[in-house]
Amino acid sequence: MINQNSQTILNVKNLHANTDGTEILKGINLTVKSGEIHAIMGLNGSGKSTFAKVLAGHPDYTVTQGNVQFEQQDLLAMNSEERAQAGIFLAFQYPIEIPGVANNQFLRLAYNTVQSKRGNEELDPLEFDDFVREKMKLLEMNPDFLDRSVNEGFSGGEKKRNEILQMALLEPKLGILDETDSGLDIDALKIVAKGVNHLSNKDNAMIMITHYQRLLDHIVPDYVHVMESGRIIKTGGKELALELEKHGYDWLHSHQQNNAGVSA
Amino acid sequence: MSELVSNDYLECLLKSLSIQSEGISSLGAPANNQSAWLKQLRKQAIDRAGQLRLPTIKDEAWRFTDISPLAKLPFKPAQALHTLKLSDIQSFFIEETNNRLVFIDGFFAPEFSGITDKEQLIIGNLPSLIESHASLVASHLAQHAQYHDNIFTALNTAFVHDGAVIIVPKNAVAAAPVHLLFIATQKETTNYPRCLIVGEANSQVTLIEDYVSLQNDAYVTNSVTECYLAPNAQVQHIRIQRENTDAYHLANCAVSLDHASRYQAVNVSFGAQISRHNLDVGFKAETGECAIDGLTIITDGQLADTHSCIDHIKPNCTSRQQHKCIADDAAHAVFNGNIIVRPGAQRTDSSQSSRNLLLSGTAQIDTKPQLEIFADDVKCAHGATVGQLDNEEIFYLKSRGLSELAARNLLTYAFGAEILNRIPLASLKHSLEQIVLNQTQSSR
Ligand SMILES: Nc1ncnc2c1ncn2[C@@H]1O[C@H](COP(=O)(O)OP(=O)(O)OP(=O)(O)O)[C@@H](O)[C@H]1O
Ligand SMILES: [Mg+2]
Repeated sequence: MINQNSQTILNVKNLHANTDGTEILKGINLTVKSGEIHAIMGLNGSGKSTFAKVLAGHPDYTVTQGNVQFEQQDLLAMNSEERAQAGIFLAFQYPIEIPGVANNQFLRLAYNTVQSKRGNEELDPLEFDDFVREKMKLLEMNPDFLDRSVNEGFSGGEKKRNEILQMALLEPKLGILDETDSGLDIDALKIVAKGVNHLSNKDNAMIMITHYQRLLDHIVPDYVHVMESGRIIKTGGKELALELEKHGYDWLHSHQQNNAGVSA
Repeated sequence: MSELVSNDYLECLLKSLSIQSEGISSLGAPANNQSAWLKQLRKQAIDRAGQLRLPTIKDEAWRFTDISPLAKLPFKPAQALHTLKLSDIQSFFIEETNNRLVFIDGFFAPEFSGITDKEQLIIGNLPSLIESHASLVASHLAQHAQYHDNIFTALNTAFVHDGAVIIVPKNAVAAAPVHLLFIATQKETTNYPRCLIVGEANSQVTLIEDYVSLQNDAYVTNSVTECYLAPNAQVQHIRIQRENTDAYHLANCAVSLDHASRYQAVNVSFGAQISRHNLDVGFKAETGECAIDGLTIITDGQLADTHSCIDHIKPNCTSRQQHKCIADDAAHAVFNGNIIVRPGAQRTDSSQSSRNLLLSGTAQIDTKPQLEIFADDVKCAHGATVGQLDNEEIFYLKSRGLSELAARNLLTYAFGAEILNRIPLASLKHSLEQIVLNQTQSSR
């Protein structure tokens, strides 16, 4: 929900990033305030995941220009674990499998690490077990997933749910959901959306990367941004997504002139 | 370099042996036929050891494993004297079982040993089993682990005195596992552990062969284990080498599998400065099965060498092997996995995988699958990889708040956990996991 008086959580200015000498992000500007939900859409390859990974501190990308403030801190000066501890959470488009690491062990380690860095109480294995089972109920996940290796052999939809479970445990300030809806069946989409809505409140913010309106039917965005070739080329309200669904991205180009460079 | 040194080494050992062997009959065993048989065996082994020499890196099978430091240390045999109290060794005990034989510096320690499954098992120290089950012991001892072309087996056989003997009678199923605990307490000595396992028809047992140290100086363990499984017998054999990191550990294990028997092994090596584990499994009849998992985790300047040979002599047998090495710092791990499919061993089904993790730029891992296939209707799959920790996995964990170190530790642990998870005893698995975690943590 938009509230002009809320605090700025994320402020991205003229962000450029390279990988292997190729520029992928070419000047992104974006401001996210607490309580807001932003959607980022755009063609395949336009740089959405790269933007998300740069915010999370992925070592493959080098920032060449611009700056990013995250709650008064210089985000780009922090390494990826510090960002996570400070409250950035990225739900990956393609969550990787980690054979041999039990999901519950991993979840507890992540939870306790983040809790202790934030000056909160850690949980012992038994307490954590109760806690995580509660969170799993919210996402209607079978507790059996706790005993399996992280994401190993999980279906596409199960992996996405496991990502949102991690978000629920780590309670980020800024959740970045990269195509969390893709691979989810209709029921799972509703459950995950319900979970995300449950987690979003006036003190945090969400950035949802998606290709489809159907997610935005359930999680209603305050802003919709369209990325193209490493930039945000258009920003609008939730109705922009509907227009895009109706007319496709080509439609934008006829309107681009008067909208280019606008940011929220 | 070593020809001279190694001959000194052997001469010195053999000299100490001749002094010892004069005392064989005075060691307590009555001078009857059985001990005469053992005396004969020892004498043959002594003679053979005198004809052999220590291997050097010029020998193909020892190419990566330079034992010349060992050759410079002609450690005399350990003595049967210890002052340990129960409280000194209790931490090594395994909670799930009270079937335990303890050997200190190679000598049986009845005061710390005990067997709860007396009904299902014939078990005890070699000299007493030689008395009570003479022909059975004689038909297996030194019959599976050949000493004729192996200097360390020859020396062990030459020095054989005490040893763990486990006979699982026909149709018996041991309720609890058997823990064979070998504790080294004397520095600058050589100890000669010996195990004999005989699974009679349709029997089942789980055993843990466990090597530990109670001091931090150099010594040598030269161990030999033999295992024979009669038709339909099953053994689950867990072997743990966690000796101190100045120790030398030389081990030979030979397994003979009869019709439709099943041998499952988990071999874990953490310890020793230099260790060498030879494992020979032979299918002596049809439809046998073996599953062998191995894990080596070493750091600093440790060297750990595993040489296995799975010999498909007869048709219709199945073998599965997975070996993993994790080497950090300047450690050097070696795996040589030989699989032989003899002419006529049709419908052999064999798979071998060697996966290796290098944690530092100065560590080294040499892995070599060695397949010798002389039959045409066989299925043999094998693969070997050497890699590093995956950067995407590290990033994933860091993006959840874990530090670089915690992420690397967790992934290293996970790499080994696949093998440790095959250990069916929760408490043992747990204590080994702790060793893995400590080892990966301390190395950074
Ligand atoms: N590590 C990398 N190495 C090389 N090229 C990369 C790398 N990461 C991203 N790219 C390239 O950058 C461009 C943007 O990729 P990105 O994954 O950010 O797109 P996206 O908008 O998320 O697309 P999609 O909708 O398909 O998920 C693509 O052309 C991609 O191939
Ligand atoms: Mg993407």
